[in-house]
Amino acid sequence: MDDTRDAELGVRKAAAPSPAVPSRICPARSRRLHAMDRGFRWLTGGLAFLVLLLLVGVALSLFLRGWEAFHHFGFAFFWSDAWDPVTENFGALVPIYGTLVSSLIALLIAVPISFGIALFISELAPEWLRQPVGSAIELLAGIPSIIFGMWGLFVFAPVLGSAEPWLNDHLGALPGIGALFRGPPMGIGMLTAGIILAIMVIPFISAIMRDVFLVVPAMLKESAYGLGATTWEMARHVVLPYTRTAVVGGVFLGLGRALGETMAVTFVIGNAHDLHISLLDVGNSIAAALANEFAEAFSPLYKSALMALGFILFIITFMVLVLAKLMLWRLGQGQGKAGL
Amino acid sequence: MPEPQKTKISVRHLDFFYGSNHSLRDINLDVPERQVTAFIGPSGCGKSTLLRVFNRMYSLYPGQRATGEVLLDGDNVLALGMDVNLLRAKVGMVFQKPTPFPMSIYDNIAFGIKLYERLRKVEMDERVEQALRQAALWEEVKDKLKTSGLGLSGGQQQRLCIARAVAVKPEVILLDEPTSALDPIATLKIEELVSELRNHFTILIVTHNMQQAARVSDYTAFMYIGEMVEFGPTNQLFTNPSKKQTEDYITGRYG
Amino acid sequence: MKAAGNARYLRRRVWNIFNLGMAMATTLFGLFWLVWILWTTLSYGATAFNLELFTGDTPAPGSIGGLRNAFVGSLLMIGVAVLIGTPVGILAGTYLAEFAQGRRLAGAIRFFNDILLSAPSIVIGLFIYAVVVVPMGHFSGLAGALSLAILFLPVVLRTTDEMLGLVPSTMREAALALGAPHWKMIVQVSYRAARSGILTGVLLAVARISGETAPLLFTALSNQFFSTNLDQPIANVPVVIFQFAMSPYPEWQHLAWAGALIAAMAVLVLSLVSRFLIKDRSPR
Repeated sequence: MDDTRDAELGVRKAAAPSPAVPSRICPARSRRLHAMDRGFRWLTGGLAFLVLLLLVGVALSLFLRGWEAFHHFGFAFFWSDAWDPVTENFGALVPIYGTLVSSLIALLIAVPISFGIALFISELAPEWLRQPVGSAIELLAGIPSIIFGMWGLFVFAPVLGSAEPWLNDHLGALPGIGALFRGPPMGIGMLTAGIILAIMVIPFISAIMRDVFLVVPAMLKESAYGLGATTWEMARHVVLPYTRTAVVGGVFLGLGRALGETMAVTFVIGNAHDLHISLLDVGNSIAAALANEFAEAFSPLYKSALMALGFILFIITFMVLVLAKLMLWRLGQGQGKAGL
Repeated sequence: MPEPQKTKISVRHLDFFYGSNHSLRDINLDVPERQVTAFIGPSGCGKSTLLRVFNRMYSLYPGQRATGEVLLDGDNVLALGMDVNLLRAKVGMVFQKPTPFPMSIYDNIAFGIKLYERLRKVEMDERVEQALRQAALWEEVKDKLKTSGLGLSGGQQQRLCIARAVAVKPEVILLDEPTSALDPIATLKIEELVSELRNHFTILIVTHNMQQAARVSDYTAFMYIGEMVEFGPTNQLFTNPSKKQTEDYITGRYG
Repeated sequence: MKAAGNARYLRRRVWNIFNLGMAMATTLFGLFWLVWILWTTLSYGATAFNLELFTGDTPAPGSIGGLRNAFVGSLLMIGVAVLIGTPVGILAGTYLAEFAQGRRLAGAIRFFNDILLSAPSIVIGLFIYAVVVVPMGHFSGLAGALSLAILFLPVVLRTTDEMLGLVPSTMREAALALGAPHWKMIVQVSYRAARSGILTGVLLAVARISGETAPLLFTALSNQFFSTNLDQPIANVPVVIFQFAMSPYPEWQHLAWAGALIAAMAVLVLSLVSRFLIKDRSPR
């Protein structure tokens, strides 16, 4: 059945020198194996390329679907705080503001805590404790985000709500930043969203920090100890400077997570398209607006405005993640570990 | 050099490059058939590189290339049209560290045979047994053929790799420092094995151990910084080297 | 002079102890949230736990029921996502580890795969909405499964790439030295050597998608009734949890907590199993 094909190949191959092969080895079989080699390489290469196509496809499709809104509202879309499905007047300012502010709060809380955790696990904890504590913190990252949302709404918000009058009275009285802490003590709002995001990104940031701290050569640490430095001084003056870029990269990676987090925020941010200075007040984020409104948005312009929001979110997180990766690569090259 | 034997591999004007690094220079050599030829020299002299030319192992890596001619039974191994898979079925190789595949002992041997031959179960069983006997491993593993090859000791693993290589019935076997990761007793077994296999195969062995070369080989090539300094019958090279560099090396003045 | 030195030393030591104490406190702080959240899920979820959960379908407001249709829908969609994502991810990862070593294209793919890995899942949902739901004209389980597959793929790709990278190159050379073609070497030797590592990646990826809600909201939507038709909207645990938790009906809220408990358990068990596999694997 294969005779003609093999004969053809045989003719073509005859020109090239071939080793005097023992008769039990069948050259045709070898050529078939070769052809499969090429096929396998193309198959795997094509599928790897698919990743690039997917990423381009995401950006392109969101942009095209959002084009109607971008076109209709022009650049004003970015700084308009309007969001009125009835009159079909949409602006992205409130959700962008909410996305950025809630993520910023999350970082302000999560970064120092993650640093402490990473320091504890990499430098302080006795050997037998490192693995279990590290694993436990990482388990926190595995909990589905919707559970953070439910816990936030039903358990944490009431607790925070009862603490908010105190915030009003004390921090709210401060000049300047006081305005951030004056507001209705409802328990939900920007601050709640920020705190829950912080809890969610702590495992990511601390895991990366721990990994990069472990990359610091023992010799460097020992030389610091050799000079009589305390553990803290060693961490502060040797470990941190050595890993600075990667630490910032890890923080950015956490930021990327926080910006796009949907379910946890949706439960607690309040879903109100209003702009408030106070962190105790309700707001909205891009992801929360999409989760709440997309399935019910029936006018094309409304849908397009939401798609445009999605595109903006994608671009922001894309840039943050690219920055994060580049910073992590500078230290993590060859280690290959610092990243996930 | 007198050459009563038939030549199996002849190397003509072979140069080798790692990127821009010229690591073999104008190598010329005739490897006799069904004899053991040893390659010795200080590390970095290019002896392993030369070995990896014979089965085109180097062409896996971009940036490595060879020029000149390596004739195996008159066919140029370096030619563009060379089917490297067939070449490698004919020129087997055993590496420094044992490399058993993560599968059973039986499957380790059968892997290579199945590539080019379709055998019935009985025939395959015979071939596996034959290969393991040739590698002097049969008695030790005949009751646990279905267990993982990773469970064997280092020396047994290396003999398994030799069995795997001879199972495909190659004509040439390349041994790249096959005992450097083994203890003295396992080394001795491998050396005995090499002496027995010389009747059936053309064997090329790279070794950093001069005594080993003296013990197992019929011919020895001494290489130094990418050049073939001296090649001849082992007795002659060790007792009466013709080059000063060779003499310095074998008397331990460097290397 | 000496006294001054001692005072300085004392200050340094106190500062050191203070900071180390803070590091320990932050660790306890992190563990505190874990315990609190798990405890909440467990105590709220356990009260709603009964057999009806697995035998009844999602009820109308005010009546009792279970989550059977949601479990079935979730399993179906996860199954399809795994069936699509596993081969694609493994083969793509194979290209990076086995064929493209040192090439720029491989570096770029690795880089952008990591970006895809961390991209917001809701954006992936929007993408599938745009390219699958709109052309089909309706929400469907298939669209949900595809969005999960896109979240699944980069995890498997990355682990496969990393695990194949751990397979020693001498093992590959040994297979090729027998005259094996590349694909045979990869399938029969590399994959075997990296088997448990790749399996870990698949489990981690399943853990990742089994709690995902956002991308399903406007791809699979949900369905009040039992259905196994992937061409139609289909009930699934995360979206049902979302709808029921946000509802004013106590029965629905109880079901939401029970669903949350099961989702959390599933994820935790999967990550524990994969952790065990990581310890167990011995890439030689």
